[in-house]
Amino acid sequence: MASGKPGRKMRSDGGGFALPIAALMLLPCVRSATAQNSVTIDYLSLAPQHAAPSAALGLLATDTGLRGAQLALADTNTTGKFTGQSFTLRTTVGRDEGAVKQAFADALGHGQRLFVANLPADVLLALADMKAASGAIILDATSRDDRLRGADCRANMLHLLPSRAMLADALMQYLVVKKWTNIMLLTGRDAGDKLYADAIRHAAAKFQISIGADRPWIFNPAAQQADTGHYQVNDEVVRATQGVSYDVLVVADEADNFGDQLAYRTDQPRPIAGTQGLVPSAWSPIMDEYASTQLQLRFRALANRWMTDEDYGAWLAVRAIGEAATRGGSAEAGKMISYMRGADFALSGYKGPEFTFRAWDGQLRQPVLLADSHSVVSISPQPGFLHETNELDSLGPDQPETECHFHP
Amino acid sequence: MPFPPMRQLGLAFAGAAASVVLAMSPAFAYRIVVSNEKDNTITVLDGASLNILQTVNVGARPRGIVLSKDGKSLYICTSDADHIEVLDLATLTVTRILPANHDPEYMALSGDGNTLYVANENNSQVSVLNIAEGRITSEIPVGVEPEGMAISPDDKTVVCTSETTSMAHFIDVATHAVSASVLVGTRPRFAVFTRDGSRVWVSSEVAGTVAVIDARTHAIITTIHFDLPEVPKAAIQAVGINMTADGKTAFVDLGPANRVAVIDTATFEVQKFLLVGQRVWHGAFSPDQGTLYVANGISNDMSVIDVKNLEVSQSVPVGQAPWGIVVVP
Repeated sequence: MASGKPGRKMRSDGGGFALPIAALMLLPCVRSATAQNSVTIDYLSLAPQHAAPSAALGLLATDTGLRGAQLALADTNTTGKFTGQSFTLRTTVGRDEGAVKQAFADALGHGQRLFVANLPADVLLALADMKAASGAIILDATSRDDRLRGADCRANMLHLLPSRAMLADALMQYLVVKKWTNIMLLTGRDAGDKLYADAIRHAAAKFQISIGADRPWIFNPAAQQADTGHYQVNDEVVRATQGVSYDVLVVADEADNFGDQLAYRTDQPRPIAGTQGLVPSAWSPIMDEYASTQLQLRFRALANRWMTDEDYGAWLAVRAIGEAATRGGSAEAGKMISYMRGADFALSGYKGPEFTFRAWDGQLRQPVLLADSHSVVSISPQPGFLHETNELDSLGPDQPETECHFHP
Repeated sequence: MPFPPMRQLGLAFAGAAASVVLAMSPAFAYRIVVSNEKDNTITVLDGASLNILQTVNVGARPRGIVLSKDGKSLYICTSDADHIEVLDLATLTVTRILPANHDPEYMALSGDGNTLYVANENNSQVSVLNIAEGRITSEIPVGVEPEGMAISPDDKTVVCTSETTSMAHFIDVATHAVSASVLVGTRPRFAVFTRDGSRVWVSSEVAGTVAVIDARTHAIITTIHFDLPEVPKAAIQAVGINMTADGKTAFVDLGPANRVAVIDTATFEVQKFLLVGQRVWHGAFSPDQGTLYVANGISNDMSVIDVKNLEVSQSVPVGQAPWGIVVVP
């Protein structure tokens, strides 16, 4: 943190980063021709598969992630005008995994080293493991997979969004504060749901929350859409939650298949948390603390919709590159990569403290919001969850527990 | 806020005594005006009694406020209304609407009182406003989320801080060119020139620091940190700065740390932290510099600081989310 390193805001000569007017006046004509001061970032994603939203109010956007990257690019270019640096985003939306791999390999072949990825874990690993990628950096803007920060971590990858373990820890800390220490866990069928449930179980053990019942949700998620389907859903939810004593129903349903249909239908009146209800998340459209109103307004002006976690992760990724160029004083990829990993790097993400990357697993440290659809209920880490070096490290695997061992 | 009632009574008594004095020398009478971001009002208080004289309805989201050089008008950035309102301080009515481009947040007034330099938070520029003509004469591109605005005592340089870019931009008033951009701590909020014009102090909200910049060389002379072990680091946000007329002491408002730091400007050491209301943003001195008033955005009140004894003597409820504060002599 800033106060621990009094000198970090100053350059080694003790002076500010000042550019004389003459240099600035020359920028438009000179800099564009100088490759050294122009930074190209490759943004890689897969074409979204069409999916009907489970509720009529669901977001139909197909450009989540990309819009966040574009906003960060605009923000960074505004700053770049004063440092003589310009930034370009080259976007690849691959129709399948093969197309993304090809685009990545081609870019590496042209000497590109800076990548922002909105890709699933397996594709990320395939890219990171390409031989030519060893000197590159892949900023994983959207994944929440703990294995990418653990056993499957890679030295050439950084992770912008909180992992499932961080989300689960954030929620459990809040339940401890509220003394709601007995939960029921209801898990959907998708692979992500099982990983989310695993993270909840691990966090519950860590924070001494007991799990009164741990059940799968097996009912057909489409029933709600049938005429009079709500009666059926109500009966199913009562059955699924009967005979259990618990304080909070925690749901693991990452794709919104059924989680929104639990509240007000449980056997006993109990709040819902997890992937629906009180949701631990990187971002929320309702967030307006720490000057985030400005970010929300800029995003809405650009994208004409709310900012999602994926947009926020991609915004952070491009801002991280911009910050490394501005503060590190170099647009050379190698220097920017080491600056991002270094002790002087700090990113402002509209959630209070400055964000930094954990050296042991490449995860961006940050607070986690706990919000329902219309309010930010709390922000974790909760006060009192102390950590010997950084309270943000009370979320997710800390250095002693990490399963990540980078192989150089 | 938990201030002892005894003290409040004592101050009320002192206030009553002061008003007797004021009756004899009306030149000492002054008013305090506060902009309230969330209820779209300006609270006008009597400086002696601290009673609210009037609450004036203005446009949406009033934030930055500046007094005209003749002391007769208040310029108000009504941010969500996308303009500046001119409040006539004799009648307490809005008499003029000035253009300000999108989302004006804060402004600096030229020494001759004719020009306002306005930070447009949402579109990365400073608008130059000719007040008499009611016309924007120039737009100067700066970094992302410009907010803090200051003008040098010689009227030659305007400093604008951009929060996301984290720079203090030095703008040449004659040419409107940015002559230097100094990287400071994350999210710079406020800038102020020392009275001799030699230095610029810039506060940073997220970094929780104040950079002291040499106004000529643009080098950072020092960066001031605030060590408050009992407060979460994220809550230590440096925002408003008020410097005494003798230049010896600076008061830095630390936002949700709910404290005002008192700094010796010779040594840059923090002398004391004063506990005030919640989310303290900006402040203003009484005309005799004996009192500093600060606006507390979450507790919806104004703290009254005794400058000589460095004590908080009172808190006074104002509107919702008080933001800026100005004393009208």
